[in-house]
Amino acid sequence: MIELLPTEKYEPVIGLEVHAQLKTNTKIFCSCSTGYPAPPNSNVCPVCLGHPGVLPVLNESAVEFAIKLGIALNSRVNLRSIFARKNYFYPDLPKGYQISQFSLPVVGEGELEITLEDGTKKKIGVTRAHLEEDAGKSIHDRGDSTLVDLNRSGVPLLEIVSHPDIRSGAEAASYLRTLRQILLYLDICDGNMEEGSLRCDANISVRLRGETRFGTKTEVKNMNSFKNVEKAINFEIARQIDLLEEGREVVQQTLLWNADKGTASPMRSKEDSHDYRYFPDPDLPPLEISNEWFEKIKSEMPELPARKVERYTNEFGLPPYDAGVLTQQPETSRYFEEAAGFTSARKELSNLIMTEVLKVANEKKISLAEFAIEPKRLAKLVDLITSGVISGKIAKDVFAIMLSDESEPEEIVKREGLSQISDSDELEKIITSILNDNPAQVAEYLAGKEKILGFFVGQVMKQTKGKANPATVNSLLLSLLKRSSG
Amino acid sequence: MQKAEVLLSSLKGGKAPGRLFGAVIAVKDVISVVGMPLTCASKMLEGFQPVFNATIIDKLLSDDALIIGKLNCDEFAMGATNTNSAFGAVLNPVDKSRVPGGSSGGSAAAVAAGLCDVAIGSDTGGSIRQPAAFCGVYGIKPTYSRVSRYGLTAFASSFDSIGPLANSVDDCALVLDVISGYDPLDSTSYGGKLPSLSPISPFVQNEFTYSFNPDEHPNLAQDTNTPVSDEQPNSAQDTNTPVSDEQPITIQSPADTKDISKKLKIALPKEYFGEGLNPEIKSAVEEIASKLVEAGHIVEEVSLPNTKYAIAAYYVLTTAEAASNLSRYDGVRYGKRSKINGTLSEEKNRAVSEEKSGTLAEMYINTRSENLGKEVKRRIMLGNYVLSGGYYEAYFGKAQKVRRLIKNDFTKIFKDYDLILTPVTPEFPAKFGEMPTDPLAVYLGDIYTTSVNLAGLPAVSVPIGCSSQNLPLAAQFIGKEFEENTLLSVAKMLESLLQ
Ligand SMILES: [Zn+2]
Repeated sequence: MIELLPTEKYEPVIGLEVHAQLKTNTKIFCSCSTGYPAPPNSNVCPVCLGHPGVLPVLNESAVEFAIKLGIALNSRVNLRSIFARKNYFYPDLPKGYQISQFSLPVVGEGELEITLEDGTKKKIGVTRAHLEEDAGKSIHDRGDSTLVDLNRSGVPLLEIVSHPDIRSGAEAASYLRTLRQILLYLDICDGNMEEGSLRCDANISVRLRGETRFGTKTEVKNMNSFKNVEKAINFEIARQIDLLEEGREVVQQTLLWNADKGTASPMRSKEDSHDYRYFPDPDLPPLEISNEWFEKIKSEMPELPARKVERYTNEFGLPPYDAGVLTQQPETSRYFEEAAGFTSARKELSNLIMTEVLKVANEKKISLAEFAIEPKRLAKLVDLITSGVISGKIAKDVFAIMLSDESEPEEIVKREGLSQISDSDELEKIITSILNDNPAQVAEYLAGKEKILGFFVGQVMKQTKGKANPATVNSLLLSLLKRSSG
Repeated sequence: MQKAEVLLSSLKGGKAPGRLFGAVIAVKDVISVVGMPLTCASKMLEGFQPVFNATIIDKLLSDDALIIGKLNCDEFAMGATNTNSAFGAVLNPVDKSRVPGGSSGGSAAAVAAGLCDVAIGSDTGGSIRQPAAFCGVYGIKPTYSRVSRYGLTAFASSFDSIGPLANSVDDCALVLDVISGYDPLDSTSYGGKLPSLSPISPFVQNEFTYSFNPDEHPNLAQDTNTPVSDEQPNSAQDTNTPVSDEQPITIQSPADTKDISKKLKIALPKEYFGEGLNPEIKSAVEEIASKLVEAGHIVEEVSLPNTKYAIAAYYVLTTAEAASNLSRYDGVRYGKRSKINGTLSEEKNRAVSEEKSGTLAEMYINTRSENLGKEVKRRIMLGNYVLSGGYYEAYFGKAQKVRRLIKNDFTKIFKDYDLILTPVTPEFPAKFGEMPTDPLAVYLGDIYTTSVNLAGLPAVSVPIGCSSQNLPLAAQFIGKEFEENTLLSVAKMLESLLQ
């Protein structure tokens, strides 16, 4: 009998809770700005400070954003939902309760399709997404006292809860990336994990393969990057498997991931000891979404990345890899689509964006919206390649010039004399003199060392400063060498 | 006086006087007025200076009222005697050995003693009507959502209503008219059109002159919280319900112009005249019934069968909401913060929370133990209990069902009747020192007033003479939603009938 490895014996079961901070101008229940950075406690008012007698008034944009996500996830959007109070004491929670949604959230059951490492697709169920207000921030590292900044108090959050359909750290990271991508395309969250505008907690358990019941789960918090989500989940899966293999039990608890140490350690409290005493918030009548409003939002939905990938591969004939890279960020796809309107050479365009444009944008950390080469000029550069005016190699030089020169690429090519030399007579003269100057190499070639051909091409390019048409050079070289053998 | 001079000089400047020009108004100290401390009669908020005016205060001021000061009450409006105040009890001006009632005891006493023209009170389970009855003044609790709650310190949000107390029906009507109406800052405030309440005519001549056109208010019947736009969060609010629940009790729109029959149909619910009612009060209210019959109206006995569950449902729901509403008094941002001396036992510390440090837990425990009164703490504990895991359905869920049953009882009666006539209290005001010590016995004193708040209906307490001991007698009229004009018209009719 073959002994299974522990990792083959067990199946991890993972569900993610994602908090997306919504990009509204004002807070969810008052008119304070959500802008940051701002001096501590400057974006506050009696409502988000929890003064006696204040009442919440729901922000329409926050609801609209939630509806958009619901549509994007093919979710059931509940046209009637209920706000509830989640009661607990903490210094950064001004009212002693958080306004959230409990029994009836605005977004119900939906799903998110992710791509696994081997390229296959998998659907992850999304249980719900609900609106809630964020708490403030406690700052503990200033001497003896804890400081509280309530700028964040009342900033709208959308909590998105997945089914326990995820089976590995990599799947979790893929789910999170895909979800973030959708949030960015919907323009409802800036998706910055480091700054906390996108936060992720994971519920993790393991069970023997074939088992249908769930094992005891733990919750892992404080994973503030995709890499850390993957690492932390894999760490916790391994820890639980080790425990079970040693005949010990997994204890239900909340763990904090420490990215520096690469370990997760238990928080002081037991999450399950909390009793939040949820009840419907009497200050907020049930949220009703009219059919008209819902349909209007639906009709204004942007094209989402999955659909774009489909279109880029089918209509533009791009390889799936290219389509994936070009749709990663909304601004990349916007840039690509605008440029694609000016040239039919989509693959060459894609190449240039992937190798040059994105490289420069990443290096300089600039947005493509303000990239020095506008999509139309880039398209013209692509056309210069496909029409044979310049080679792909020269195109890179022209590209570099265009970064700091607003001229059209044709002008630059003309001004700098970069046009390709396709003239056979001119090239033949150059090649003949090179062959004459290098009799030893010619002999080697004739003796059967065909690799030496590259040497001659290099010499031609050196003399022409790279402007020689490579195809012409190749065919001329072959015929001239043949001639010298005869 | 300074404010009065400002008012006078504005008049000289050619400004038309507001409807409350020069009216002297005092305010229960649970309502926010800039420039006056807001204590809620609690040590917790002693000296707290609010930074905004309640919506009703802005309305009163813009109609040129003079707000002369704040009035004592039971702490956070919890109580029926005005003895639960951190700043001492209020005496009943009619008989200083007796309580004035509560929680708006200061409001009723100030009006009865002539200290102001009108006092503003708040009513969660009878807190305007009961002290009005005990002090012999008029007090009206409006339909839930008619008056904005913005700036009213919340006790039980789905019950709380602000209303006036005064020595005359006209003063009550005028002030209620001024403070009524939709407020974009209160998502539960009523968004529809309201009939004017002033001037109020005695019912015998009442013409119901307002007309109501539902077409002007397409959103009226919606049970909706229309969210407001991001840019202008204070616009375009819509209608609402008194309870945010899965099946909310729906507030109906005001009745359309109806047949102005001079014959009112008045219901006497038998459950309000049974055991426990002081015989003298009983016969006084019955006498009012006969007077109404003599005046040509129809009075019939009816049944509101779920009345017996009202007190229990009321205390479950209001304490649950109160426990949550009062969580904000934690010593962190404003109000009192008790000393932390590191003496909290390890056990007590753990009982609060395992994730909070010892000093934090101690701050919460000391601050709330030392600065909240006994009755407030009792209700917070009760409220947290009924909401806690495993008990929610048995208590809170069941009480919500009872609330709907009680509402349905009223709806049924109001299909056939215009008004309901009942006593306000089962007893006369207690003497200091003779009050029941059992909180349950105290709570039972609210038996005739709490159903009205459970159903979100309007009701008025009307003085109807004096008892053999020279104590005020009072009757309560309960009306249909937003038909305060009917209530006030009947009150006005009695005002002249009893003179
Ligand atoms: Zn605010």
